[in-house]
Amino acid sequence: MEAEAKPGSRGHRLWVRLTHWLISGAVLVLIYSGVTILMAHPRFYWGDAGNDLIKPLFEVPLGPNYHNIGFSPETPFFASPDGPVTANLLVAPWNQNSWARSLHFLAAWCFVTGLFAYLGFAFATGHARRILCPRRDELGRRNLWEDVRAHLRLPMPAAEPGPPYTILQKLAYTLVVFVALPLMFLTGLTMSPAITANYPILIAIFGGAQSARTIHFFVFVFLAIFLLIHLVMILLTGPLRQLRGMFLGK
Amino acid sequence: MTDEPAGLSRRALIGGLASSGGLILSGCSDQQPPTYGSILRMGDNLTYNAQRFLLSRSALVTEYDRSQISSMPAIGTIDPSRPDVGLHDPQAGAAYAALRHGDFADWRLKVEGSVTNPKSFSLAELRRMQSRTQITRHTCEQGWTAIAEWTGVPLRAVLAAAGARPSARFVQFHTFDLMADGIDMVDALHPQTILAYGMNGRELPIGHGAPLRLRVERQIGFKSLKFLRRIVVTDKFDDLGRSGPILNGWAWYNGI
Repeated sequence: MEAEAKPGSRGHRLWVRLTHWLISGAVLVLIYSGVTILMAHPRFYWGDAGNDLIKPLFEVPLGPNYHNIGFSPETPFFASPDGPVTANLLVAPWNQNSWARSLHFLAAWCFVTGLFAYLGFAFATGHARRILCPRRDELGRRNLWEDVRAHLRLPMPAAEPGPPYTILQKLAYTLVVFVALPLMFLTGLTMSPAITANYPILIAIFGGAQSARTIHFFVFVFLAIFLLIHLVMILLTGPLRQLRGMFLGK
Repeated sequence: MTDEPAGLSRRALIGGLASSGGLILSGCSDQQPPTYGSILRMGDNLTYNAQRFLLSRSALVTEYDRSQISSMPAIGTIDPSRPDVGLHDPQAGAAYAALRHGDFADWRLKVEGSVTNPKSFSLAELRRMQSRTQITRHTCEQGWTAIAEWTGVPLRAVLAAAGARPSARFVQFHTFDLMADGIDMVDALHPQTILAYGMNGRELPIGHGAPLRLRVERQIGFKSLKFLRRIVVTDKFDDLGRSGPILNGWAWYNGI
């Protein structure tokens, strides 16, 4: 493999290490503040409107607001009783959004800085094409199956930090950095009333503000699963060496 | 001060709008929300300045069809005279109860501060002014959204009638549940920023802020204060003490 052949090209480049820690630090704070924000209203909807008087797609059993909806009797807005209604909320919900929202957006600034820097370097240096994108011959069923089996065999052999990556690593990393993280950024923006006033196309792309919120949640779940597997793989392949690689390069 | 012709004060308002851009970029301290050393408030100010710098100041939010109007809960204070739900002040609550008993005929909206012509508007006077009806999406900080039709008088028409001075930079709102909050002139003069007295083709329900509520469509829902009683135009930023968002730990600007 190309990266293997060149001496000194192993390990992680400086810009990879810097953006890795900036993004991962931001993501940890985003998860903490994001889950806190979710606890204020752990219900998800599809479309543009979604609230306690509209049936949710699903509800996450999280915190004191799960199934906690205390409303006065409903009053219809129009003559038809089947139309939209209103009701008064009688129980103040658990809500820590004062600091959680501000912390989320502060971390989001760090995340966006790290993500844009990473994507800029990844494309400008050819890192994306040479090191992350799977080659066609790697996508064969046999190669994939062999890599799956290699990942399930215990104990795993200690691995050199950094590229070259196996096919499963390449697929996971490309999915995270080119799909999941940009999707988090865009679905996050779609929940902002000031930004969607300027770019209503965001609402059209994701099918509504609530759809964007629901997608934001599912991509979070995907990223949380990735993070878990990522940490397990580091623990199984020589954690001190892997950590040293991400801090010092090799 | 004598009355200014309406055209002049409108020009003054536009001048104020144009010059506020320079002040925001230069970071003039009395034109920015105070941070009190909190890194969260610094992040809020970064978002505020970035949105003001990067986004169009005149962009309109999407308006919907009548068929898209959705259910909408009333949360927070649902009646300022009720001590058991939301925020309640005995004196303001009693005043509110008396006004509601008279169908808000004696209710007045005071407009004062940095204006040449401080005024007091009755509901009937506001209804006789220019009106705007818009079907928009309400985005609550909790995470929910609702689509409703709002009818009211554009805030900029009220500010023009009171003769807001060219030095005006912020508009503060005071309510019967003793909540207070403010917006800058970019949002105050925005055509979709209205003082709404109607909702979904009827009078504004009590739970949604009767007799008059603010609609600031490009910010999160809690900026659209309910149960309005007084508007104060200021040249400098006012954190509004314990009634305002900042000392309660909330961001002042909520475009996101």
